Amino acid sequence: MTIPRIVGAGLIVIGVGVGIGKIGGQAMEAIARQPEAYGKIQTAMLIAAALIEGIGFAALFATTEIEG
Amino acid sequence: MDQLIEDFSLGLFFWQSLLFICLVLLLRKFAWKPILNSVSEREEGIKNALAAAEDAKKEMQNVTADSEKLLKEARAEREAMLKEAREIKDKLIADSKEQAKAEGDKMIKQAQAAIESEKKAAVADIKSQVANLSVEIAEKVIKEQLSNKDKQLKLVEDMLGDIKLN
Amino acid sequence: MRSTLLIKLLFVTSLFISNTAFASMKESEGEGEKDLKTEITEYIGHHLKDSHDFSLFSIKQEDGTKKHIGFPLPVILWDNGLKVFSSSKFHHGETVAEVDGNYYKLYHSKIYKTDASGTINYDEKHHATNEKPLDLSITKGVVMIFIVGLLMFWLFSSLAKSYAKNGSIPKGIGRFFEPIVLYIRDDIAIANIGEKRYKKYMPFLLTVFFFIWFLNMFGLTPLGVNVTGNIAVTTALAIVTFLLTNLTGTKDYWKHLFDPLGDSMPWYGKIPLYIILIPIEILGIFIKPFSLLIRLYANMQAGHIVVMSLIGLMFIFKSWIGSPLSFGLAFAISLIEILVALLQAYIFTMLSALYFGFASEEHDHAEAH
Repeated sequence: MTIPRIVGAGLIVIGVGVGIGKIGGQAMEAIARQPEAYGKIQTAMLIAAALIEGIGFAALFATTEIEG
Repeated sequence: MDQLIEDFSLGLFFWQSLLFICLVLLLRKFAWKPILNSVSEREEGIKNALAAAEDAKKEMQNVTADSEKLLKEARAEREAMLKEAREIKDKLIADSKEQAKAEGDKMIKQAQAAIESEKKAAVADIKSQVANLSVEIAEKVIKEQLSNKDKQLKLVEDMLGDIKLN
Repeated sequence: MRSTLLIKLLFVTSLFISNTAFASMKESEGEGEKDLKTEITEYIGHHLKDSHDFSLFSIKQEDGTKKHIGFPLPVILWDNGLKVFSSSKFHHGETVAEVDGNYYKLYHSKIYKTDASGTINYDEKHHATNEKPLDLSITKGVVMIFIVGLLMFWLFSSLAKSYAKNGSIPKGIGRFFEPIVLYIRDDIAIANIGEKRYKKYMPFLLTVFFFIWFLNMFGLTPLGVNVTGNIAVTTALAIVTFLLTNLTGTKDYWKHLFDPLGDSMPWYGKIPLYIILIPIEILGIFIKPFSLLIRLYANMQAGHIVVMSLIGLMFIFKSWIGSPLSFGLAFAISLIEILVALLQAYIFTMLSALYFGFASEEHDHAEAH
């Protein structure tokens, strides 16, 4: 039995969602704790989120577009 | 991934690279350099203006402090002058008072001395007159007595009356 | 929390829709009669790709053929000599174009060399195996790149001129763009590259930001162009970043690449680590621009798929509750897409600046890594 590729895509979206959500949440907390470091936290947050997102998209392509 | 590579259009890639690099070079020459230069120039200008304003403010403060100082000094000077004047006035008044008093005293003394000497002169005069009169009276009395008793008496009485009239 | 959950759900469902759409598109090929669903998915699939003519919309005529409204674009092929002809010869893929005795056919937005009858041979995976000539055509995407380039050149050179004329004060539209230029300079370039070296990267950063942003915004217009959602375009952009990063890399950058531990360890201790570390570092050089190109491509592609799928749903539902609902969703997603258009331009610029910062930094702080 083969698992449909779309399940993989769903798993990736869940993983990426959790990851980016966690980054966002932690960044919010950090900003609340140190509002003066807003710029630096935002930059770090965006970079981390972008990295996860990039890997997530790469994985999505891998699951959905490889010809079986 | 397969689909991705198959989708890759070499023509679009070629045109995109060419046009984009041209765009970067053109914009660098005609847009970004002038824009960034004028922006930084403007920022420099603002910075300089702010610095100049700060300097002017400092100078103003200095000037105000200076004038304040001057004013204070002038005030102190005036105060001192007024005080001096008052002192001089007081001294003058006191001096003149003293002088006047001394003068007065001197005059009074002189007057007293003059009065004394006049008195002495007058007393001496009266004394001499009294002596002369007494001698005259005595002379006349003696003359009358020598001629008539009555006449003598009368003479004495007349004389006495004369004296009283005197 | 609820709204983010909703968006996530939406995203997941839209992915399902788009993927099942792709799947059904492949299955339905070759079938004569197309239902509405497959037509929509084909339309979306077609829209996501570059095309050889600038068609705005098409009308289905009574006899079943389509009438395309738009204009053809020049096709430039290199096939044993330069061949230039108008894309109107293809009739939107319906006929074979004959040029100098060679026959070309447009199939799935690609030009294949065929015989006079236009036969396409397939392999077992249903891929065309015909010979593909080198295609340097002025496609729809190239036209849009050209238009955006002209727009940017006009916009920013006039802004530059207005400084000279107006005593360093921007006028009109420049008042809108100047703060963005300053933001890129102060919060992206200077913050990530440093006060000393940011200047030489500024032209690229500014150009790439506005280029991506404008193209993203054009992608949201009904013109239906999907330039930044094209892998070739993003690859070209990422390659420029890659070249700039590595060609301007300082000695410290390369030293950090091949000797990441520095003097913190004796050499015999470093060797086993370096067997693993150095390949990772070298891989990292290529992964960085690769993630840039994939991110931009996938974000724009996904955005277009979601919006168009939702618009397509309106015609599929055809009910008084389904159609307004999908209209509302399409509207909301379009608004999010406007934000994404800006955000992706920002992320691309930001990460490029970050990589330039790594490449041009000179270590005076050994403990930082």
